[in-house]
Amino acid sequence: MGSTAPAEVERPSTDVRPDLPWLTIVWNDPVNLMSYVTYVFQAVFGYPREKAEKLMMDVHHKGRAVVASGAREEMERDVQILHSYGLWATVQRDS
Amino acid sequence: MSTGFKSSGKGVSVKLDAGEVSLLVSLVSQVLDLVEPGATGDDPLERALGIGSPEAPSDPVLARLFPAAYADDDKAAGEFRRYTEATLRDGKRADATTLLETVEPGKVQLTAEQALAWLRAINDVRLALGIRLEVTEEVHEEIASMSEDDPRYPAFVTYDWLTYLQDTLVRALW
Repeated sequence: MGSTAPAEVERPSTDVRPDLPWLTIVWNDPVNLMSYVTYVFQAVFGYPREKAEKLMMDVHHKGRAVVASGAREEMERDVQILHSYGLWATVQRDS
Repeated sequence: MSTGFKSSGKGVSVKLDAGEVSLLVSLVSQVLDLVEPGATGDDPLERALGIGSPEAPSDPVLARLFPAAYADDDKAAGEFRRYTEATLRDGKRADATTLLETVEPGKVQLTAEQALAWLRAINDVRLALGIRLEVTEEVHEEIASMSEDDPRYPAFVTYDWLTYLQDTLVRALW
């Protein structure tokens, strides 16, 4: 896995730009079932089945997929829930 | 062999024989033994807040059950782990306990909430077996061509049965 995240940059305190969006990534693994992963995307994010299936197929074929984006705290909460379901999920800054 | 889960009223049901129940109890108990309660520091405030160690578990199964939340940032991954792993451990223990308390030979009727606990608990067992057996995506084909004399055969058949059970549970919940 290559490094894709930019280096952390200290921002001056006067910087009021909103944080860049953060991403929740789910990685492919050989154990989690396609049906289960689809179901978890529906249950955790409330996605319709069609969208959940498309994301699952992206994970399966491309090795990973962005399943959500937003504030860092929200993405960390998503990842914690996905870990409770046994999915291999990470947070990273959008780049 | 079990015919798997079926949708039943507001929940799901499954028929299990005594052998299947003892297999499930044995495997889920092993995960419960492995996933100790969330360990927190000695500081009372840290304990109250469920703040634990930033170190990743050295056991490969535990490392898979509690993966790093940041792929390229060890410091952020450690911080995330400090604040979340104890809660995650408690959740996995609660799921396993729910399964152990509701599983019995004959027809098992589960509420939707209990079914979710079973779903996660069975998945944790599959993840653990998957690491120990070094399962690949071709596992089903591998079992089909494996000799019954192969010492790994019983464990792979168990893994395959759990896969089937979990898949029927997902489909019963849909």
